Amino acid sequence: MAHPYIPNTKEIREQMLREIGAASIEEFFSDIPERVRLRRKLQLPQGRSELEVKRHVEELLSRNKPFTEIPSFLGGGVWPHYVPSHVRSIVQRSEFLTSYTPYQPEISQGMLQALFEYQSMICELVGLDVANASMYDWASALGEAALMCARVTGRKKFLVPRIISGERFSTLMNYAQGPGLEIRKVNYRRDSGEIDLDHLRRELKQDVAGVYVENPSYLGFIETQVNEIAELAHEVGALFVVGVNPISLGLLKAPGDYGADVVVGEGQPLGNPISFGGPLLGIFACRRDQKILRQMPGRIIGMTTSLDGRTRGYVMTLQTREQHIRRERATSNICSNEALCAVAATVYLATLGPRGLRELAEVCAANARYAMKKLSAIEGLSAPIFSSPHFNEFTLRVENAKITIKEFNKELLARGIQGGKPLMQEFPELGEASLLCVTEIHSKDDIDRLAMAAADIMGVKK
Amino acid sequence: MSYRQARWSEGSVTEPLIFELGARGRAGYSLPPKIGEVTDIPKSLIREKLELPEVSEVEVVRHYIHLSQMNFGVDSGFYPLGSCTMKYNPKINEELAGMEEALCIHPYQDESTVQGALRLMYELDRFLSEISGAKRVCLHPSAGAHGEFLAMLLTRAYHRFNGEDKQRTQVIVPDSAHGTNPASAAMAGYEVLVVPSNKRGRVDLDALKAAVSEKTAAMMLTNPNTLGLFEDEIVGIAEVVHDAGGLLYYDGANLNSIIGKVRPCDMGFDLIHFNLHKTFSTPHGGGGPGAGPVGVVEKLEKFLPVPVVEHDEERDMYYLDYDRPYSIGKIKSFYGNFGVLVKAYAYILMMGADGLVEAAETAVLNANYILRKMRDSKAYSLEYDPEGPRKHEVVLSAEPLKRETGMTARDVAKRLLDYGVHAPTYYFPTIVSEALMIEPTETEPKEELDRFINALKRIEEEARKEPEKLKNAPSATAIGRLDEVKATKEPILSWRMFKLAGGK
Repeated sequence: MAHPYIPNTKEIREQMLREIGAASIEEFFSDIPERVRLRRKLQLPQGRSELEVKRHVEELLSRNKPFTEIPSFLGGGVWPHYVPSHVRSIVQRSEFLTSYTPYQPEISQGMLQALFEYQSMICELVGLDVANASMYDWASALGEAALMCARVTGRKKFLVPRIISGERFSTLMNYAQGPGLEIRKVNYRRDSGEIDLDHLRRELKQDVAGVYVENPSYLGFIETQVNEIAELAHEVGALFVVGVNPISLGLLKAPGDYGADVVVGEGQPLGNPISFGGPLLGIFACRRDQKILRQMPGRIIGMTTSLDGRTRGYVMTLQTREQHIRRERATSNICSNEALCAVAATVYLATLGPRGLRELAEVCAANARYAMKKLSAIEGLSAPIFSSPHFNEFTLRVENAKITIKEFNKELLARGIQGGKPLMQEFPELGEASLLCVTEIHSKDDIDRLAMAAADIMGVKK
Repeated sequence: MSYRQARWSEGSVTEPLIFELGARGRAGYSLPPKIGEVTDIPKSLIREKLELPEVSEVEVVRHYIHLSQMNFGVDSGFYPLGSCTMKYNPKINEELAGMEEALCIHPYQDESTVQGALRLMYELDRFLSEISGAKRVCLHPSAGAHGEFLAMLLTRAYHRFNGEDKQRTQVIVPDSAHGTNPASAAMAGYEVLVVPSNKRGRVDLDALKAAVSEKTAAMMLTNPNTLGLFEDEIVGIAEVVHDAGGLLYYDGANLNSIIGKVRPCDMGFDLIHFNLHKTFSTPHGGGGPGAGPVGVVEKLEKFLPVPVVEHDEERDMYYLDYDRPYSIGKIKSFYGNFGVLVKAYAYILMMGADGLVEAAETAVLNANYILRKMRDSKAYSLEYDPEGPRKHEVVLSAEPLKRETGMTARDVAKRLLDYGVHAPTYYFPTIVSEALMIEPTETEPKEELDRFINALKRIEEEARKEPEKLKNAPSATAIGRLDEVKATKEPILSWRMFKLAGGK
């Protein structure tokens, strides 16, 4: 039987062999040494019909409980947002979906222009002039940013806040290995959660390549000392790197406006589903400075004209930084990126516009405040732990020694609610705490249910 | 067959930028109401302005549909881009990966609520292990190059475990390697040593013997290589690298041609990356997302990133195992590009063992068919082992054409666009002058291959008789050739920079 994806049937293959005077297909494999040939069948399932595969995968995935079914308060690096229908329909356009990296600009203007618009929107959001066409995710973008700071400054120390996601920190440590960067953590103020400026001053010497902060931070609070941190970093000639959740930038000041030289972040909330944590969208932007620009990682789309100068067009540019030309001297090895996720982000941002993004950020922040208010009103719970204002994520601590946060979450799940991310492993000093996220997808009813369940649990365990 | 791409334009501007559309006050969104107000954020931290487009939903949709019409994918036509394995991307896979139970699950959800996802990942690991001969496959990497980088980190972890990481500082790559290989090795802190190809287009075994030493950490190799040739001395190569104490790494970009015929780890490779967006039919999305899982042999398993999906047979529960003391940690957040993994999983089920082998055989036949049908052409030559069979791709040299007519591989490639064919990869590998790297894959019918061959032959005639057709190509696309020098010299990389440059 002919396979639907293989148009050249056995008969056609035989005809082709005859036409080119080959005895058999096996002839083309004759140069593989016999001693390494696989002389048995692969132990894989037998091929199935599309209907059978569909049923099988649907059955498998139906064992998952999506957060559209049970209210979930998980964030911590990816955040649930509503994706308008037309965003998905556009990224499913097969001219975008089934194209490769736009190596042939004449036939790929659509993708190139969409990515140029993506770069442009990211620049507006973060307040910088240059953005690349995407990295894998926030964590790898941070790794690349640290490497870039080291190349630009010729220094090997990179400072990060102690309050950082374990995922990002571990990734950063691996990216730092190549040139042997020293990654140092800066302490936080126990009251507000913000950077301990005294500690930062002590760590900041002439050997620091970059200072990294996250705003909002991993634990949801806003770092209000960004102006001072920028100044301190620049005083010693270090670059100031800021990590963001882009939705927050509908409401919060652009990092470029408070001195950021480089901005990284997670673009997933811009029109991309969470999809169990991938694909994601690494944001990478920087100040327009020849020294920095030459060291940028990743694809960059530039506007130009047709050769006759008459028509506006777009190309991949500044490619002499990249692996296919520079090989071992490239600024990064990145080749495939997350282009289609970037297109989704572009369509999403165009859809929201300036007011939409502002309103969305306010809805998220307001809903989170409502959730904090309801939860902290319950005896034995405190939310948030830190005093600095928050965006849409916050810490919740169980103050009652009789129940751990793990047990608390288990009880929530038994009541049909997915609680926040337990933090004991990353931050044991915070006690029995978890990180919760609230966005526009959480209705008042969802939050009230969470609060009622929490009250019930705390009451039961008293 | 003739082709004409859509071209939306207003004067000298093809489709305007979205920033140039719309009107103040217009909006494409609607949001649920907020609960309460936000009053506690200091005013100094609040944003004052944000310049994004103000457009309605219909304007957004039309604009991006216009852009999509000025783009070309596998669904549009033949896409023989060498080394990229641009095979057909089955639609059912999009539907499955688009299920709410795949899109709307969070990586930190309680394991009991994501059993389907975990099992899918566990089984995909098993499938890829069987295909490659690896002991275990890590699904985390987002792309092939990301997989290469992970493999280099695993290499260091292995040598460190053996107390040899300070000494083993070099990674060997052939001169025909993909650019990502040396770039990944360098990014992981290794010194790159390049070994030349021999006259047969394979790794020069004597040069390799001279290159290895107690400093060798690993060798990175693509097999079949970028010339489409199988490294038939692979057993010797593996021996030389292993005897020197190094690891052998398999760049899986060209895996499509050998599935079921030979397994990388049986050839002596210790680490391998897969390109799910090539071999396993997941769409490339105009640059990504892809997925570049990495398989390893037993001695490297303990170094894999956390978490690893495991199966508790007693409870029949799948879980994320973080308790791996030798793990290198993480190379990105979470567990990999799950959306891509679903598609590759469904593809493997649909193909089955026999289908995958049939795909490999047909892909190889299609490449050799093009090669042999082009043999009588005076315009193209075949460098390196011209009598030997190719695997998934064939690299033609347009050097004879250039000598005769002055037309280059680029001219041919650009002219192909006018025939509704995506250009092959050109000027790579660099060891072939005027290279045209053609990879047809198994999903093209013979008629399409014949059309392509005829197009190449007609372009050869055009080069002799109407060379301006090549020089002015492409003309059927939304725009003609672009000024890449200007793009580099006067970079305009965003709407902001465009406005600063005078906005014309």
